[in-house]
Amino acid sequence: MSILIDENSRVLVQGITGSHGQFHTAQMQAYGTNIVGGVTPSKGGQTVLGVPVFDTVREAKAATGANVSVIYVPAPFAAESIMEAADADIELVVCITEGIPVLDMIKVKNYLRGRKTRLIGPNCPGLISPGKCKVGILPGSIHKKGHVGVVSRSGTLTYEAVDQLSRAGIGQSTAVGIGGDPIKGTGFLDVLDLFNRDEETYAVVMIGEIGGSGEEDAAEWIKANMKKPVVAFISGQTAPKGKRMGHAGAIISGGKGTAESKNRVLKECGIDVAPTPDKIGETLIGAIKRAGIYEKCLIK
Amino acid sequence: MKIHEYQAKELLEAYGVPVLKGFMAETPEKAREAADALGGGLFVVKAQVHSGGRGKAGGVKLAHSPEEAAEVTKQMLGMKLVTNQTGPEGKIVRKVLVTEGADIEKEYYLSVTVDNEREGFVIIASGEGGTEIEETALKHPEKIVKEFVSYETGLRDFHARYTAKKMGIAPEHHKAFISMLKGMYRLLIEKDCSLVEINPLVTTKQGQLVALDAKVNFDDNALFRHPDIVSLRDVNEEDPKEVEAGKYDLNYVSLDGNIGCMVNGAGLAMATMDIIKAFGGTPANFLDVGGSATTERVTAAFKILLSDPHVKAIMVNIFGGIMKCDVIAEGIVAAAHETKMSIPLIVRLDGTNMEKGKEILSASGLQITPASSMAEAAHLAVSAAKEGK
Repeated sequence: MSILIDENSRVLVQGITGSHGQFHTAQMQAYGTNIVGGVTPSKGGQTVLGVPVFDTVREAKAATGANVSVIYVPAPFAAESIMEAADADIELVVCITEGIPVLDMIKVKNYLRGRKTRLIGPNCPGLISPGKCKVGILPGSIHKKGHVGVVSRSGTLTYEAVDQLSRAGIGQSTAVGIGGDPIKGTGFLDVLDLFNRDEETYAVVMIGEIGGSGEEDAAEWIKANMKKPVVAFISGQTAPKGKRMGHAGAIISGGKGTAESKNRVLKECGIDVAPTPDKIGETLIGAIKRAGIYEKCLIK
Repeated sequence: MKIHEYQAKELLEAYGVPVLKGFMAETPEKAREAADALGGGLFVVKAQVHSGGRGKAGGVKLAHSPEEAAEVTKQMLGMKLVTNQTGPEGKIVRKVLVTEGADIEKEYYLSVTVDNEREGFVIIASGEGGTEIEETALKHPEKIVKEFVSYETGLRDFHARYTAKKMGIAPEHHKAFISMLKGMYRLLIEKDCSLVEINPLVTTKQGQLVALDAKVNFDDNALFRHPDIVSLRDVNEEDPKEVEAGKYDLNYVSLDGNIGCMVNGAGLAMATMDIIKAFGGTPANFLDVGGSATTERVTAAFKILLSDPHVKAIMVNIFGGIMKCDVIAEGIVAAAHETKMSIPLIVRLDGTNMEKGKEILSASGLQITPASSMAEAAHLAVSAAKEGK
């Protein structure tokens, strides 16, 4: 098993006719993702990469039975795209777009309340259930099918961690990039809960960074609820205060959200923390060996 | 994006928030004219730099005549203001704000900002405003009061009324306070501010409620829809290397070490700084070159890194993923040629076509050391920087 996406996911691409959308649609198709259609207003009726393009999400869903949508729409229009997908009751919406205004995201989040749509992102690499389905921009080749869940606020640092796991013979059930924005659809806690309930996930790697309190909240939740080993890494130990480090959400403000305090809370909650980013794989292996599930996690 | 106090006050005034009258001046003559126009016998000359803590650093001075205002301005312009927020390098004063004086009865703190966790807004206030607000927040957190404002309601009179009571604002000021706070909120919403702050907000002995100092910050992601706000930008207040990086869509932050870093992705870029520090080196910067490390962007990035005289070695850490390593390697070699790279360049490339990438780097004839992992690259960079000293 895996979480959120699998071989049954029917994926729609919003912004399929743009260069970014087209490039990654081709990449997803090459990975085996079932892309059922695309949406670009006023381009309905065209065919791109062998799939039909629609003007609206509702039309696309009615015609294709899509249950997942991935968004490559430019930032000024992305919030509307998310709301359109939610309006059409798409179950899972993955927004790759970076740079959406905070007030737009507040509007989106308030609209999503009480609806059945789950949003991943924005400003994220998407997610992948190796061997089954990839939605987003993650490189498929480094991922191996297996039993470790990965959840992260970063893109390339996730690839780094996944690569360390794969090289050590440890496969992944699903890797989820939740994104680097301060206001996002799905946080660490939601993904950890899904991994906790997924029978095929035996352990989890969580990659956080400075800013906000998502890691601290997750740590407390893990201590109280998690039945599987979790290891963590927090980037930004050397980041100066008050400076935004690339991601909109990666900022230490008013002395809050430092890597130091996150690491302390994680350790207090019994979670192994990788001291440096090259030791993420090693730290996970240590934890699963102690739990007696190392053999079970190895790629057969 | 940040703006100056005088600009923040102009915006607030446009939203119905009472501010002390004042004029910006870039010369002593203009300061004298400003004081003349204001009239009265007491003026405050305030250095306009993007930093708090100006008063304690000597950036706020009183004057009792237009002549004195001009004299004080003359001393202040060109001076390097080192506050508790600027770092030791300080900021050069290029503009001052000349305002009328105020007969202060009591100081308060008042701000409106976004509440990320609750996906709404929050009013943060205190009955004890002024320069000590940060210390108050640390030592007496109970004196900082908060009022959550949901997205659905927006900021209503009742939010303001609760806030006024919690702050201890006298009933006769409530009407003015409510109108002021709603103006601050409207500014936040209409101009995509990340913070609208008045500190101090004062009541005067003449019975007025007025903003003595103000700070307004904006969400960079929303600037595309506010050309009027973009025009308020003062690049003199920003790190020149960060300004240059912005032109190429590079995310760059200056640090004080000697190993230049170029990385794709913000998380990996922070992790690269961390590993350099863990291995005994010091990073000179944070630099996220973004998803498409093209020759043009890599060249721009190298130029910015090399413009820092402290940089003794450069570590490139690229996890290619979908991007092909041979293409990136060609870009790096071309950029190194163009910038006449003369310091050790350690390059870690991972992802598709990694081996081909390494071959291109080795065959370049340049002083490039390929590394197989982030850890190896960090070790090499740290020792190269130590030798380079």
